[in-house]
Amino acid sequence: MALSAKNLKVGDVHTAKLVEDLKRTQIVQYAGASGDYNPLHTDEIFTTKVAGYPSVFAHGMLTMGMTGKMLTDYVGDARLTKYGVRFTSQVFPGDDLEAKATVKALTEKDGVTLVELDVSTTNQNGVEVLSGYAEARVDA
Amino acid sequence: MATKTFPVEASHILMFARSVGDDNRVYADADYAKTTEAGGIIAPPTFAQASAQFDPDYFLRPKIGQPWFGSGKNPTGINRAPGGGGGGGGGGGLHAEQHFEYHRQLKAGDVLTATTFPGKTWEKEGRRSGKLVFSESVTEYRDQNGDLVITARGVGVRTERPVEQK
Repeated sequence: MALSAKNLKVGDVHTAKLVEDLKRTQIVQYAGASGDYNPLHTDEIFTTKVAGYPSVFAHGMLTMGMTGKMLTDYVGDARLTKYGVRFTSQVFPGDDLEAKATVKALTEKDGVTLVELDVSTTNQNGVEVLSGYAEARVDA
Repeated sequence: MATKTFPVEASHILMFARSVGDDNRVYADADYAKTTEAGGIIAPPTFAQASAQFDPDYFLRPKIGQPWFGSGKNPTGINRAPGGGGGGGGGGGLHAEQHFEYHRQLKAGDVLTATTFPGKTWEKEGRRSGKLVFSESVTEYRDQNGDLVITARGVGVRTERPVEQK
C-alpha cells in the first residue's frame, strides 16, 4: 500500500532487517542475476591471495538492492522517483544488516506529493555500510 | 560513449528479485501484478544495474577464449591483474556511489537502450586505503519510444591498497 502524506511527519522512521548471516551463496546468486562476476565477491582464493582482502565481500549493489526492498515495502510499488547511495563500508559473509528510512521532508511538485527520505543501512556492529536518500510519490 | 540494448524480461526480474531477497509478488507473479497499482510485473529499484548482462564488452564477466583474472589452477588466471588498483591489483576498483532517478516505472517488456557518458574524475587521500581515484559515469536508459526511463550515475574508486578493515 502506498503512503499517505497526512499520515506522515518529518522524523518518522521505518526500519527493516535485510539479512541475517549473509551467505556466500546469496552473493553468488546476485553475481549471476546482475552479471557482475568480479571475483572479489565470489572467489575466496583470488580475493585473499591476490587482492589482499580478508575474504570475499558483497557487491555494493547487493546491499543497495536489499535496502531497496525496505524502501519499496515502505513507500509502495512503482512509487520511487529517486534513490541514491554511497557505499561507506564493506559487507562480508556472515553480516547481519538492518536498514532505516527517516522522513526528511514532505514536498509538492507539479501537484504531486513527494516524501524525501534519508536512508541508512548498518551491520551487526553498528557500522554504517550504506548511506543515501530516496524520494517517492505519496498520496495526498 | 557506449550504447547497448537491454530487453527487460520477467524471468530476469524474478531472478534478480530473488538475489536481493525480495519476495514481493509484483516481481514474480503476472496475475497478481495485474491487480496492483503497478499494473503488471515491474523491475525492482536497482534492476538497471543488470544491464551489464547485455554489454558485450563488460569486463567483469569471463569471456570465451579470453584470460580471466579470477582463480583456477593458480590464485589468478593472469600474471598481472588489469588496470591495477582495486585492492592491490585485482578487480579494477570498487563501487563508491550509485544514484538512480526514475522518470517512470520500469516494466517487464520494456526494451531499453543504455547510453553511457563519462563524468568527472577526482582524487582524495583515504585514511584506510591510500590514494583514492574516483571516476563518475552517467547512463541514460531510454525505452522503445525513445523516452527517458532512468538516469543512473555511478562513481567508481580505485584504491592504492586494499581497504583496511575497522
